[in-house]
Amino acid sequence: MLEARGLTRRFGALAANEDVTLTLAAGECHAVIGPNGAGKSTLVAMLAGEQRPDGGSVMLAGEDITSLGPAARARRGIARSFQITQLCRDLTVRENVMLAVQAASGWHWGFLRAARNDRGLTVDADASLAAAGLASRAHIPAGLLSHGEQRQLELAIALSQAPRVLLLDEPAAGLGAAETPALAARLAALKGRIAMLLVEHDMDTVFALADRITVLAGGRVIASGAPAEIRANRAVREAYLGDVVDA
Amino acid sequence: MRERAAVAVGLALLVAAPFVLEAMDEAFLLSVLTRMLAYALAAAALDLVLGYGGMVSFGHGAFLGTGAYVAGVLLHHRADGTAVIDWPVRIGGTAEALVAWPAAALVSGLLAAAIGAISLRTRAVHFIMITLAFAQMVFFLVLALPQYGGTDGLMVPGRNVLVGASLAGDAPLYWAALALLVAFLAFARSAMAARFGLALKGARMNERRALALGVPVYRIRLAAFTLSGAVAGLAGAVLANQSSFVSPDLLSWQRSGELMVMVILGGQGTLFGPVLGAIALLAAEEELAALTEHWMLILGPALLVVVLFFRGGLWRVVAGKGGHA
Ligand SMILES: Nc1ncnc2c1ncn2[C@@H]1O[C@H](COP(=O)(O)OP(=O)(O)OP(=O)(O)O)[C@@H](O)[C@H]1O
Ligand SMILES: [Mg+2]
Repeated sequence: MLEARGLTRRFGALAANEDVTLTLAAGECHAVIGPNGAGKSTLVAMLAGEQRPDGGSVMLAGEDITSLGPAARARRGIARSFQITQLCRDLTVRENVMLAVQAASGWHWGFLRAARNDRGLTVDADASLAAAGLASRAHIPAGLLSHGEQRQLELAIALSQAPRVLLLDEPAAGLGAAETPALAARLAALKGRIAMLLVEHDMDTVFALADRITVLAGGRVIASGAPAEIRANRAVREAYLGDVVDA
Repeated sequence: MRERAAVAVGLALLVAAPFVLEAMDEAFLLSVLTRMLAYALAAAALDLVLGYGGMVSFGHGAFLGTGAYVAGVLLHHRADGTAVIDWPVRIGGTAEALVAWPAAALVSGLLAAAIGAISLRTRAVHFIMITLAFAQMVFFLVLALPQYGGTDGLMVPGRNVLVGASLAGDAPLYWAALALLVAFLAFARSAMAARFGLALKGARMNERRALALGVPVYRIRLAAFTLSGAVAGLAGAVLANQSSFVSPDLLSWQRSGELMVMVILGGQGTLFGPVLGAIALLAAEEELAALTEHWMLILGPALLVVVLFFRGGLWRVVAGKGGHA
């Protein structure tokens, strides 16, 4: 479905990504893990079209989309969540989701009918809010949500785009101990329908969801394989996993 | 609720004004009010771009002035019996508002589309500077047209007629200006609450998010910029009628700045605020200019006070509800 081929991205002398290749098959959950500064968010940014690679290419369902910007990629079915929540803070919670539904519909040129009475937007948006447990917060500005609720909204927005491919950059970051398993359960329900690239530090979530894991360190892929292989891989344990898994 | 009441009261005052002024034997003031309404229309149009879209355009004077020149030039040729252009098709002058005003909106809109298409590729301060630079180009271009008076400007002979009925006299033009303003405010209000407004506001608040959703941010902004320029041109056409004179001053950066001040003073992102801002600024200018020739020294600090201490502008003070700060 989505393929990174030899992606390289440099910031001055620093190679944030160096020759990163990975494949995201349809319906699979592919986790990307690695220590802080490994280049995970940079990889997501290149896959989403927000950053241009200095080398390599991105393929979506066999089409080279390297030269497309983020909006064009979103219209082709790639949705994402951000490590640091990106919301329209002065729009209501519901309007944030309605905008996502509107973007998925591809039609922005309505001038007369109020969006809040536009059933083409509200029906899906309200369903999405209910599923995210945010229905009671629908009419307050998104900026007033608690941190945990903002993370929920971030995910609800991405899902409202009805994507083929979902790029999740640390969706559990900042969630409480009780919220993280609920998030994992929501994501598990998507498996098989949406191809997911999951960047996550929480190893319980990663091992519960991932069909395949790629490990980044210093901008390079140091291992890639099934969860059991990664768990057993000595290099990975030394570079990153050991302290987390054994703890 | 309070906002609705404020709008209703404002509209009632504007509708009553001609009758009240007539009764008070001050009918000449109606012409001043017409000028305020024309600026109010241009300021509300700028609010789409500045308040809702977050694009700080320092070039809207060019659209206002262009619209004024289109209406003025068409009247000029009509009086002369000459053609505006002879080739490739002959376009003669006209006094008919149903032709001249849409023409003013069209020319200003096309100009805005061209300027916007380039300017919107830049951000922040660059956008401010490049819109200013384009507006200055238009300013000097008009200066260099001797047949339309150059620096001296152009006396506009007579006024437009609306479906044959003359707009001569203060009242008919006032009603026409008020009708245009009300129609635009109604349309823009609904557009900002509709899909188009949701996309425009979303892109202002978080462009990164809007792009990640697939919102065609550039096209949405260009559409808003073009619409805004067209309506500013329409306001210019009204001004040309009101003052029977068009000059490059209308295209100057001072005019662009004044429009921005009206929007910010009134409260950006509210549409009604800029209307109030336009009326308040022009009234203050008239009053202060009568008191002292150094009126700028008083007005400047006064504006600063409003902007610093009444975040959300005058409209928030009146209606209890602003757009965004
Ligand atoms: N815009 C930028 N300019 C300069 N350096 C950058 C930029 N973005 C990222 N970097 C650097 O690139 C490296 C990779 O950053 P990235 O954000 O991709 O890491 P990450 O794996 O997502 O880390 P984390 O787990 O902390 O989110 C880091 O050293 C970072 O400092
Ligand atoms: Mg990161």
